[in-house]
Amino acid sequence: MATAQVLPIQSGRVQQNVAQMRGANKNFGEVRALVNFDFNVRAGTLTALLGPNGAGKTTAIKLLLGLARPTTGQVSVFGADPAESATRTRVGAMLQVGRVPETLRVREHIDLFSSYYPNPLPITEVLSIAGLEDLRNRRFGDLSGGQKQRVLFALAICGNPDLLFLDEPTVGLDVEARHLLWQEIRNLLGRGKTVVLTTHYLEEADALADRVAVINKGSIIAEGTPAEIKSRTAGKKIRCVTQLSLDVIRKIKGVIDVKTDRETTVIQANDPESVLRGLLSLDLEVSGIEVTSAGLEDAFLALTREDA
Amino acid sequence: MASVSTSMPAVTFTRPNPFPICFKEAKYEFLKCLRLPMYAVSIMLFPIMFYILFGLVMGRQTINGISTTVYLIPAYGTFGVMGASLFGTAATLASDRGFGWLQVKKASPMPIYAYFLAKLIMSMIFSTADVLMLLALGFAFGGVHLAPLVAVKLVLTLVSGALPFCAMGLAIGYFAGPTSAPAVINVFYLPMSFCSGLWMPFMFLPKFIQKIAVFLPPYHLSQLAFRQVGFGQSGPSLWHWESLAGFALICLGVAWVGHQRDQKAQG
Repeated sequence: MATAQVLPIQSGRVQQNVAQMRGANKNFGEVRALVNFDFNVRAGTLTALLGPNGAGKTTAIKLLLGLARPTTGQVSVFGADPAESATRTRVGAMLQVGRVPETLRVREHIDLFSSYYPNPLPITEVLSIAGLEDLRNRRFGDLSGGQKQRVLFALAICGNPDLLFLDEPTVGLDVEARHLLWQEIRNLLGRGKTVVLTTHYLEEADALADRVAVINKGSIIAEGTPAEIKSRTAGKKIRCVTQLSLDVIRKIKGVIDVKTDRETTVIQANDPESVLRGLLSLDLEVSGIEVTSAGLEDAFLALTREDA
Repeated sequence: MASVSTSMPAVTFTRPNPFPICFKEAKYEFLKCLRLPMYAVSIMLFPIMFYILFGLVMGRQTINGISTTVYLIPAYGTFGVMGASLFGTAATLASDRGFGWLQVKKASPMPIYAYFLAKLIMSMIFSTADVLMLLALGFAFGGVHLAPLVAVKLVLTLVSGALPFCAMGLAIGYFAGPTSAPAVINVFYLPMSFCSGLWMPFMFLPKFIQKIAVFLPPYHLSQLAFRQVGFGQSGPSLWHWESLAGFALICLGVAWVGHQRDQKAQG
């Protein structure tokens, strides 16, 4: 096996990079989990790693946390080795856990994790940020799924870290609990923290992220603001009810793709105005016209399909 | 509230003080297990129950001129220390590894030795409680008389056994699955206890088992404990200590291999 290299990387320029991966490769036997991974995390921003399950998001997080070593390439956090305990005092992590010791109480879990850090937040503040004041004496095993996630979130923030890694923080949560956690994450950003979040919920990346890196099969296939990523899929989506066959529509100038969705026809168009003119001239009966921007979801599907 | 900064991250790193971490880690490891009936009951109750049944209820008998109520304290004491240490380390380690909790701890600045030290301290506390309860029962109901110094030496000898058995627990914990760990522990725990003469006086065991016993750590620990109450074979005791130390080192070696295997699988 090739030796792993973890070198401090010179940081600089205007916006500070607090974490960097350069040309990182990670192989598990024959499986290439990460391929030539270049990734920067800028101070005070939320970066979302977006991708389907098995894309390599969690592997990237593990490298950035120093839990795994790159097969080749460099990973640095605050300009140092992420596995150094000194680096870890400035980093918080919320990972996917199968089971947390269930007989300890919420405040006991927080008390223990706070003791690992040199300058932890007061426990009352941690409880209030994570919305756990009323549950402080509850045993972990007696909590609901959303409450358990909030405890893991509390453990990630209790050391008052500058950089937070949240690996699929809202997986398995209902809508209300998810929005609550989003608000808590936004509050952290408001306090100047840097957050790296993995998710396969596009809505989540869209709602929270300053920057999105779309990952598929271990590589970053697109990177930018959510708006930039969305613009990567051309144009607009037109939904309508029409008698025209798909083949006829496909010949209209500006149409990229056509498909039927139950009784409606969905047209992907890079020039929606001319497509609409063509559509109206060919079918006077056309009804229920609806024009929308392609969402992050469409961009994501298009990007991962291109890559496949 | 602590101040936050978005500017250049400061380069000064402060290391957390390891002593409070180890203390809290041990405290919560102890509380965690104390509140687990599976752990607390099976570890604490069985040696005590056996002592009451076979030592107190069965009536006074003597083995080589020593009352069974005395003989059974080192025997079940060894049994209790072994159980507390094996379950305390192997079962919790296998669960923490298998369910990803150890990853969360490793990602934090917690020094990893604090995690293992906590398990050792916790096992020693349960071991001490086990032995003290046996002694208390013996003093109160079994007509046991031991000089204070003898009793103290007996407790210290038995509790020192937590070291090799915790090492063995680590070896098991690194290879057993999170749900199968208790079963795997019992596969070692119960036959080893029997073959070492913890349930039945050693001289009543078949000859071939007696020959196997010299390779088993509970045999060596119980022999050292028996000596403290004036029961046991003559001869030097050093080789029993050496055997326990050698066994502990082998187990730590096995645990290290398991640790490396985990590192490789996770990266």
